[in-house]
This record gives sequence, structure tokens and C-alpha cells, in this order.
Amino acid sequence: MTIAFAPSRRAFVQASGATALVLGVHIPLGNRGKAVAAEAAFTPNAFVQIGADNTITVVCKHIEFGQGPYTGVATILADELDADWNQIRVVSAPADVEKYANSAFGVQGTGGSTAMANSWDQLRTAGAEARARLIAAAAAAWNVGAGEITIDNGVLKHSDGKSGTFGEFVDGATRVTLTAPATPKTKDAYRYIGKHVPKVDTVSKTNGTAQYTIDVKLPDMLTCVIARPPRFAGKAKSFDASGALTIKGVKEVFTVPQGVAVLATGYWPARKGMEALKVEWDESGTEGRGTEGLMQEFKKLADDKGVVARNDGDIDGALSGAATIIEATYTFPYLAHAPMEPNDCVIRRTADGGVEMLFGSQMPTVDQASAAKVLGLDPKKVSITTLLAGGSFGRRATPSGDMAIEAADVLKAAKHQGPIKVIWTREDDIKGGRYRPVFVHKLKGGVDKDGKIVAWQQVIVGQSFMKGSPFESAMLKDGVDVTMVEGAATLPYQIPNLEVSAHIVEVGVPTLWWRSVGSTHTAYSTETFLDELAALSGTDPLEIRRQLLAKHPRHLGVLNLAAEKAGWGSSLPDGKARGIAVHESFKSFVAQVVEVSLGEDGLPKVERVVCAVDCGIAINPEIIKAQMEGGIGYGLSGSLYGAVDLDNGVVRQSNFHDYRVLRINEMPTVEVYIVPSEEKPTGVGEPGVPPIAPAVANAWAKLTGQRIHDLPFSRFVPNA
Amino acid sequence: MTVKITVNGRAEAVEAELDTPLLWVIRDELGLTGTKFGCGVAQCGACTVFVNGQPRRSCVTPIGTIPDADITTIEGVSDKVAKAVQAAWTEIDVPQCGYCQSGQIMSAIALLSEIDKPSDRDIDLAMNGNVCRCCTYHRIRAAIHDASKRMEG
Repeated sequence: MTIAFAPSRRAFVQASGATALVLGVHIPLGNRGKAVAAEAAFTPNAFVQIGADNTITVVCKHIEFGQGPYTGVATILADELDADWNQIRVVSAPADVEKYANSAFGVQGTGGSTAMANSWDQLRTAGAEARARLIAAAAAAWNVGAGEITIDNGVLKHSDGKSGTFGEFVDGATRVTLTAPATPKTKDAYRYIGKHVPKVDTVSKTNGTAQYTIDVKLPDMLTCVIARPPRFAGKAKSFDASGALTIKGVKEVFTVPQGVAVLATGYWPARKGMEALKVEWDESGTEGRGTEGLMQEFKKLADDKGVVARNDGDIDGALSGAATIIEATYTFPYLAHAPMEPNDCVIRRTADGGVEMLFGSQMPTVDQASAAKVLGLDPKKVSITTLLAGGSFGRRATPSGDMAIEAADVLKAAKHQGPIKVIWTREDDIKGGRYRPVFVHKLKGGVDKDGKIVAWQQVIVGQSFMKGSPFESAMLKDGVDVTMVEGAATLPYQIPNLEVSAHIVEVGVPTLWWRSVGSTHTAYSTETFLDELAALSGTDPLEIRRQLLAKHPRHLGVLNLAAEKAGWGSSLPDGKARGIAVHESFKSFVAQVVEVSLGEDGLPKVERVVCAVDCGIAINPEIIKAQMEGGIGYGLSGSLYGAVDLDNGVVRQSNFHDYRVLRINEMPTVEVYIVPSEEKPTGVGEPGVPPIAPAVANAWAKLTGQRIHDLPFSRFVPNA
Repeated sequence: MTVKITVNGRAEAVEAELDTPLLWVIRDELGLTGTKFGCGVAQCGACTVFVNGQPRRSCVTPIGTIPDADITTIEGVSDKVAKAVQAAWTEIDVPQCGYCQSGQIMSAIALLSEIDKPSDRDIDLAMNGNVCRCCTYHRIRAAIHDASKRMEG
């Protein structure tokens, strides 16, 4: 991989206002293609460029922070072109909403597990166009019919023995016009799709050369660490920097809306300077409540129906007519995303009076507009170079452009005119908000005298991070935030009387989507409550799901596959129990069967997870498996240990010692099975998360008799 | 203060305050950025390097406490064990975001240098100080076993 800060000669990138083709992930052949196609290049569209040196450059509009889109887009393009895998390199797209918007949101951004869903048709079409034009150019040069030319492993061939590389036809392909639109390949001709190809970024991530924001080094650059208020939305009223300024390396100290910024020659003096500051905070209007109090308020609200998101049949009649009714109240804590690389951003002034920002921007055009507003610039004067990021899980996708705004605020207030790298400490990350919101769910279910589930009523209480965001109009419908109720209002089970409602509560704690969003809590409450209702009639958990999902073949497909591979129903040694859960999120279907025992620490020890996934056509099966494995670990981490608590508005946790995360000794073995499908590809980054926690809770209930309604497990399991 | 250390076989005279953690000397002074900052309190292992041959969390190792130390970072590993580990990591496509992987690999090299055929229990003990938020643990375990086999050859 290389980061080249030299301007690119390539018009298709220049035209968008970016300064460079900045980030290339090379597949094996060392530095070849580093400067990208020298003089001549064929650029049929915004996503592919073929150089005279035979290099194929794929422009990826999705950020790479582990979910594999770089390899995914490379696979689709390489396949469509029948390229040699070694010809391909991947670069990150500049901020350009016209060329690179995500069709799922209208802005340029990565999220909602849409990277492949949103690239499938677009890149196959882009590749088909490039292919057809290369073939047309060769046909003209060889004076043969286009239909007589094939491509094999990056070589154009004619039956009479003529052959040539892509690079030889760059000029010709640029000049030809196609007489008919190019159509993508059919499935029987796939070369890479569905096969195991090595990930394009693996080598650089095993030898220390992969470049992240924190690694950017520029001449005259200073590092910024910010002293932040103890309560959200606090402002620095005054500060004493006399101690900080005596620290060698500290250059200047000034207030920004986020707190008090310390600029220094490196992270260590900046951090020491931050710690040496004495700051008086203005806390007017800050949130002063604690999480325990919030839970009590939320629980009270959950006693009453909220704004109705779904209403089938006659819930009140069904509940009053039911033979047995059970109730359960669930609580879910704030969760920090805690990606390994804390928030950071490099910002610098450019020669044209604008700025360049280099960072793991998850929503480049939102970040661009946000920074431009702070600096009073035309957004076109703000270029964004999206770098690899050390994880996100939702954290970097702030609809308000937080990190970009912060970097712009620092640049604006600093006397220093050179580049600045803003780095968050881990404490800033854990205490810094944008959490998965606290939720309370109240469920009431009824069965008839035969044990059939006849009523299901669910009330969801929590904060809406869509309210007030640029996505409010799309995501808040008739007073219901769809991200709060997704997975519950979309419950697939055939229950005749079903009502789901929600209350939105205002709390002064900034919140955000966390890997799988609403499904982080709705999958848990619905899949565990279903088991409780099934238990009333002694119905097997797999059987009840089969009965109620008769009209949902894709749910059934993953459910049956996971159950079969796990040996559902077969005997287990004493001290072990199985649990099952199935959930649809981001148009993908995942079922998981877990085997759980009692761990030494009193918590569930998850020994084995069997996962089945249906995400449409499997572009990169190994990446799909890796995402299921990772999603399972991430969901397990959150449900076993994860919680951010507030005392009078102040966050209690600060780092990995008290915001506990999953470690290798707590990771189960995971087996992943992919359901063959002809449907278009859907997401894999998030859908592995939702089923794991309820599957574990269901197994735990079977093992111990205890139903866990409050997360995380570590707080509510006796002796843990 | 000037502190003399050897990094990846090169003698360096570093100008730094004595309380500066080795991590920031390596990254900010010497420009070796493969070693990562994750927590600053020895809770995540992203900053793992070898100090005189032993794995250490560089984020809590003040430079003043290790004069004349011989340091090896991810950029400097090259022995048979390191090659086996990196080959196994690549073959099994371990990394996702990749940010913690330098530290994971350093810990894995340290383990395999000590125990050439580690059990799962050995892996748990040697690797549980290295956090991976992408939870690539499943593949890390497989890659360590795979590297162990490669070392036989």
C-alpha cells in the first residue's frame, strides 16, 4: 500500500476537487502501478481506469475499516473484465456526491451494510462498459468482429492467434463509441465471484505498512489533544495553561467549542499538556441525570402505549381473551463502539485557499459540508482523502460530521498555519458519547388454551439519533424513528394480533447507530420473548420458529441450515445447553445456534456457534464468513460485558479496564454456512451481530432456568 | 535528554523527555508507525514491541527506564518464526480493520518463540492481552496453529 501525497494527473479525480489518488492497495506485485498509468489511460467511468502499463485501478466509494469493500469492489470489477487478479489496485474515492453517492442515503457514505448491495449493479455495469470498449478497440485494430474476441486472465484473444493486453488498447478504447449498451456477465461466466480471492489489504496489515490517519506524517505538522468537559455539551469558560505551556513540545493552547485544545510537537507532550490544564467549565444546559434514573423513567413510560409503528388484528381483545399472559421488561445500556483506532483527523491548508482533510471519513460529503461551514468555505474547497480506519462499527458515521467539524474548529482557532493531527485518547473515546442509546422494552404476550401465540404487544422506549439529523425526514415517519423499532415492527412471525409502539425520549447524551442499529436490542427482546412464550406450551424453540415462519422462506432457509449443521435436538454432555435465534437485518438473514456452558466466572461460556447466512449472491465467501465471525464476537462482547453508565451526567467508564471487551479466551469456535442464492447481494457487516445475544440467553435459560432481561449479562448473572 | 537505543538493529540517539513512552518515541520521533496506539494503559496490546527480546507494552514503557535497550518493532521482525506467523496471517486472511494486528503478530511471535507447539490454553494465556474489536480471534488462533506447522518445515 502507498500513500502518495503528490497530485494525480488523472482527470477523473482532479475534476472532483480531490488533490490526489492517494491511497492504493496493491495486490502482490510490489510497487507496480504506484504512480498509476503514466501518460495514457482509459477511463470509461468514475469507477475504473486502465493504464497503458496494464494496471486496473478500481475507485471504491466505500471506506475500508475491516468489512472488506476494497476486495469486494475489486472482485466485481476483475470478474467483469476477466482481468488477471494481479492487475487490480484499489483507491479510495474523493468526496463527490454526484459521482459517488450511496444510493441508499443520497450522500456519499458507508453504512447500513450497503457496500456490496450498492456496488453490485453499478460496478458490473462499469466493468461491462470497460470490457466492451476494450474489445471494440481490439476488434478495430485487428480488423475482426468484436464477437470473435475473448478475454482470458487479462489478455484479449482472437481465434486466429492474435492477442494483446489491456494496456495496448487504452488509446483505442478511449476513442471508440459503443453502438449498444454493454451488459454484465451471466453467472456461468464468473471467474472470481463466489471464489476465495486473497483480500487486497491483508499483506500491508501483517507487516505494519498499512497507513491509518494516526500514521500520517507531514512537514511542520503538530498534534492536537483536547481537554473535554466532564458532562456532554459543557463549554470551557476559562482555563489556566501556565503548567501546560512549560511542557517541552507544547506550542499553543486555545479554546474550541469541543473544549480546550493543546497543540504540541507530538502526542505525548500534547497529552501531558492537556492533563496539566486547569479548566473551568460552563455546565449550563448539560445533562445531569444518571443512567439508573433514566432507566426508571423509561420503565414508567413503557407502561403506556407509545406511537404505534405496527398494529395487526385486535391486540386489546386478544390479550383479554388469552388463556395465559406473560410480561417481561428488558433494559439495554449505553454502548460505546470502541474501535481500536480512536477518532482522529489530519487537516491542512491548501494552496488554493481551501483545506484538505485526511481521515477515516465514513460520510465524506457530510464531513465536507460540515467542515466547509465551520471555515466559511465553498464545500468544493474542502477535499477529503479517505484513509483506512481502525474499525468503526458505526462510530465514524456521524450525521453531523463531528470529527470534521472538530478538526476545522481547531484549524480555525490555531495560530499554527501548518498541518494539524487531532487525536482522541481512549478516554475521550469511551467518555465521548455517540453511544448506542439506552432502551427499555416492555413485552406482553398471550397464548390460547392450546398454547398458540395469539397476542404480542411491545413498547420500546429510547432516544432517537435520527431526530435533528439530516436523515430525519427519511427515517422518522409519523412520529416513529424506524431505526428504533426495526426488527420489532418488522417481526416476521405469524401472530394474528401484534402491536409495536415507541416513545422517543430526549436525553442530553449524544447517541448513534452501533453495529446493526435497532437490531442490537430488538433481536434480543423478540427472540428471547418468543422462547418464553414457546415454553408456556412446551414447544421446542426451533419448532415454534418453523411454525410461525411458514411464509418466510429465507428465514426458514437459514434456520434449518443452522439447526441441521449444529445437530439441533441431538444430546449434549451434561452442563451444556443449546439456544437458537434468527433475525433479518439489512436485507440479510442470519440464524445462529449456540452451545453454552457455565464459565468459571459465573457467566455463560459460549463454546460453539453455528451460523447460517443468506445474503444473496456470495461475492466473497471468505469475507462473508469473516464478517459473521466478527459480528458474533462483537455482539457477544456487548451483551456479556458492554455498558457505559452515567452518574449525574458524568460517564463512569474510561478505558478497556472498566469498559470490558471480548478477548481471545472468550471467543467461541464459529462455523459459518452460506445459503446458496440467486438474489442480489445484501449486507454482511452488521447482520452477524443481532442473533448472538438472544441465542446465548436462550441457551442460558435452558441451562440455568434464568431468563436474562437486563444487559449486560455480567451485571445480572449471580456470582459473575 | 538524549537516550540511546537500538531499534531494528539501528543505533538511535533520541531526543526525548525521560517519561515519554517508548510507543511515542517509535512513532513520533523515529517515524515507525506500524506499532499502534490503542489505549495508553497496557490494556489492549496494540503497542506491543520486543524490548531486549521480550514482548512489552510500549505505551507504558518510559524511554528513561530502558537506556541502551534493543528494540524490535513489526517493521524489524524477520526471523523464521516471524516469517511463519506473517505467512499464516496472510494465508488465513486474519486482519479486518488491521489496526491491532501488528500487536497481535508481535505477541504471536513471542509465544511461538517460547513454545513451538502451543495448545489452545497457551494461546489464550499469551494472547488475551491483545484486544481485537473486529474479533478476529477465531482466525488468530487458527493462524498461530498454522504458523506452528510452518515452523516445522
